[in-house]
Amino acid sequence: MKKIKFLTLALIISTLFIGCSKDDDQQPQPVNEEEVITTLTVTLVPEGGGATVILQTRDLDGDGPNEPVITTGNLAAGVSYSGSIVLLNETVDPAEDITEEVEEENLEHQFFYTSGDDLDITTSNENLDTDGNKLGTEFTLVAGAVSSGTLTFTLRHEPTKPNTGIDDAGGESDVIATFNVAVQ
Amino acid sequence: MRNYVLLVLLFSSITSLSQNCDNSLSGKVTDIHDGQLLTGVTLIVAETDQAVQTNFDGTYSFSNLCNATYYIQVSHPYCLTKGFTVKVSGDTNKSFKLEHHIEELNQITIEGKAYSDNSKTLHENTINKEELERFSSGSIGDALKSLSGVSALNTGNTVVKPLINGLHSSRVVIINNGVRMEDQEWGAEHAPNIDINSVSNLSVIKGAGALQYSGDAVGGVIIAETLKVPVKDSLYGKSLMTTTTNGRGLSLSSQLTKSYENGWHATLQGTVKRFGDFEAPDYILSNTGVYERNISVKVGFNRFDYGIEGYYSRFKNELGILSASHLGGARDQVRALESNIPLIIKDFTYTIKAPRQDVTHHLATIKGFKRFESFGKLNFQYDFQRNNRLEYDIRRGDDKNKASSDLQLDTHTVLLDLESHLTDAIILKSGIMTKYQNNFANPNTGVRRLIPDYDMYDLGLYFIVDYQLNDQLLLEAGGRYDYSYMDVFKFYKTSFWESRNYDQRFPEIVVEELSTQILTNPQLNFSNGSGTLGATYAFGEDYKLFFNYSIASRAPNPSELFSEGLHHSASRIELGDLSFKSEIAHKVALTFQRKNEAFSININPYINTISDFIVIEPTDVRWTLSGEFQVWEYRQTNAQLLGVDVDASYAFAENYRLKSQFSLVKGYDRTLNVPLIGMPPVNISNEIVYQNSEFNNIRLALQSAYHFKQNNYPNTNFEVFIPETEIRQELDVSSTPDAYHLLNFSSSIDINLNQKSKLTVGLWITNVLNTSYRNYLNRLRYYADDLGRNILLNLKINY
Repeated sequence: MKKIKFLTLALIISTLFIGCSKDDDQQPQPVNEEEVITTLTVTLVPEGGGATVILQTRDLDGDGPNEPVITTGNLAAGVSYSGSIVLLNETVDPAEDITEEVEEENLEHQFFYTSGDDLDITTSNENLDTDGNKLGTEFTLVAGAVSSGTLTFTLRHEPTKPNTGIDDAGGESDVIATFNVAVQ
Repeated sequence: MRNYVLLVLLFSSITSLSQNCDNSLSGKVTDIHDGQLLTGVTLIVAETDQAVQTNFDGTYSFSNLCNATYYIQVSHPYCLTKGFTVKVSGDTNKSFKLEHHIEELNQITIEGKAYSDNSKTLHENTINKEELERFSSGSIGDALKSLSGVSALNTGNTVVKPLINGLHSSRVVIINNGVRMEDQEWGAEHAPNIDINSVSNLSVIKGAGALQYSGDAVGGVIIAETLKVPVKDSLYGKSLMTTTTNGRGLSLSSQLTKSYENGWHATLQGTVKRFGDFEAPDYILSNTGVYERNISVKVGFNRFDYGIEGYYSRFKNELGILSASHLGGARDQVRALESNIPLIIKDFTYTIKAPRQDVTHHLATIKGFKRFESFGKLNFQYDFQRNNRLEYDIRRGDDKNKASSDLQLDTHTVLLDLESHLTDAIILKSGIMTKYQNNFANPNTGVRRLIPDYDMYDLGLYFIVDYQLNDQLLLEAGGRYDYSYMDVFKFYKTSFWESRNYDQRFPEIVVEELSTQILTNPQLNFSNGSGTLGATYAFGEDYKLFFNYSIASRAPNPSELFSEGLHHSASRIELGDLSFKSEIAHKVALTFQRKNEAFSININPYINTISDFIVIEPTDVRWTLSGEFQVWEYRQTNAQLLGVDVDASYAFAENYRLKSQFSLVKGYDRTLNVPLIGMPPVNISNEIVYQNSEFNNIRLALQSAYHFKQNNYPNTNFEVFIPETEIRQELDVSSTPDAYHLLNFSSSIDINLNQKSKLTVGLWITNVLNTSYRNYLNRLRYYADDLGRNILLNLKINY
């Protein structure tokens, strides 16, 4: 009797074991990274004509070891530019336009523009979200006197809105891109 | 029978006539081995033939006794019957101890004897049922850190991982009801998936000596055991309810057991916990709620010479991670560190939002034993575990409600053990283990896999010999061999693959080259040997000396081998190394023990020397489009940990007891000659307990715990560019928080509702003074203070 019980038990368990052994030797699927922002492009079009300035940072391997490739440009003193920002995920083909997502969730996002102490530029006229607060994917930039320094674009996710600037905005930085820029 | 009763009545009436005989005699009956309360013990007063049985809390009571000396016979089906002489003078309290033969309780335990004996030459620290019940609304990590030498590695207040003598995660093996937990324990923010209310005894072995479980417990072994079920007709249970002011929540747990004289038994147990945001003294810790739901069922059949048991448990826990700890890059970290308060403080809520974890752990096991007179006791066990871990991050667009990490770890294990008494003095335990494990990372998350898909096969063989040389000296020796084979499919970023020169070092493992990624198929083998050698020497009435040397080998875990990318919960990039080999630890531990009712003390110094110790530390700063992140790389080095744990208990007056604990550990990287990161600071705790069993078992305790500042830590600070000021600012991530002192109060009282039911009411206050503090071992210490005052009301009914 006892023996039979034990044999039954052993049998049940061995079936379980066999039943659970793996039969899927197939390769795993690669993951398409849906959220990565690889590329930020700021297009500055001078009002009244002239050369368009493109500022771009591109990091195709995301958090991988390669540094971002940065393209910068110089501004003309006294010129007013109309600026726009485009974010792309170029790890997928065709590239995904992340700006669209940001604009869809405009209440939860805001771009900030920070110029280093010496760079003489001013920004204004940001586009607004559906509540009438700043979103900042489009803006106006006026280059002042001849100077040089850094220009930083920061996209904050879930900032406090409205705010008086980046210092009291809070939230989490989704994008930070710094360019060395000169006003000539 | 009737005559017998009449006789009893007659005798008692005679004595009651002769003198003042309305005294009572009451007390407890406990197991001499572990102090466990014994139920169903029969006590007979020889002179009067009065007979009573202990109830479910191990207490008994006689009434109508005279001021005289009585002879009392104490018996239990599984204990040696013993006689005691008791002098009754007024209402008298007397407790008895019995030698309880646990083996004969027919409890199926792979380790042979339940509740003891996991290692005979390593001192074991134990938390019993009563103490565990005090942590009913917390986690298993909260309970464990009440032991000397055990601390907790926290991620906020909800993720609590045990740290034994400075080591944690894969270096601490957790055994739950005989099953080695496979719950993705490699991650520092992955808490053990065990319901504390399903555990009735929790032991910690601070070393690798328990070879029947594993050979890779470089830090130690934690053993959680479920309730023992007696072989008799019975139905009993308990319910616990705890409400707390901090977290404004409730924890409910119930357990019901039915047992039969013929050996069958069944237990059903369940727990529900729901807490909202917890609070620091000055603010709400937003998004730190918990919602936990667990159930377990056990059915078994026990006889002296054979038995079988099935157990299933499901643990499900949803928990929030402090909102303010979710950061972009290093510049956000600068903002967070410069602020004295969390960057995000919202109104109290029970809602748990991203970042959050949702973990489910299934454990099913079947075990049986059979005793053979010729060669000993044979144990068999099969277990299956499924661990599903979902981690939700703050995301954009369509991915908002999608997990960023979705890992499923399945493990099957078969164990076969034999325990043989070769002679009266020599016991040989030996066994074999086979294990198959599969990890599946769901690719639909839209985030690259943190842990790759893999299959792992393990084989383990062990033996342990105990030799009781004489009454005083016991020798123990053991060895274990483990072989594991990993078959992995891992996607590497092409840029990483080339930057590490893997394209030259491992060209043969490439399966397919995609545009930015490379699919590889690493196949790794690890052969690990481990062993233990120890002695226990008993001298005097109360003294024991334990000596143990153990060697443990641990194969690198998937996280150490394959990490390659941004770890959002840590706000850093983590990089593993494919070429890691096993780390090998040599630990020497000594314990001096004095065990006595009046004064007990354990002093436990140790030294743990580990070669190829795997550490993770910052090496670089990397730019991404979200700003710069610190890069942390795993590396192998030689490490040494040394320390001492002391715990003492002194009954300085009747009903009063002073309990003290002290732990010190120092860890060094011997290759670079720097301190190891994340070592627990020195801590000392003193507790005064008043307990009176004659007055409703009232218990009052006041505990003072002092945690020193950790002064030994490596400098891991780094510089960050701040666009507003155009300067590079140092980010101080290595400085340790100041020392702090916490005061905790606990009280409880028993109320007998009727003969079979007892209500215990408990009131506890933790952090009585509402002290603001930050704990070095809390990974979120940069962002917020630790918990403020918490008042807990606990009701327990035994029935």
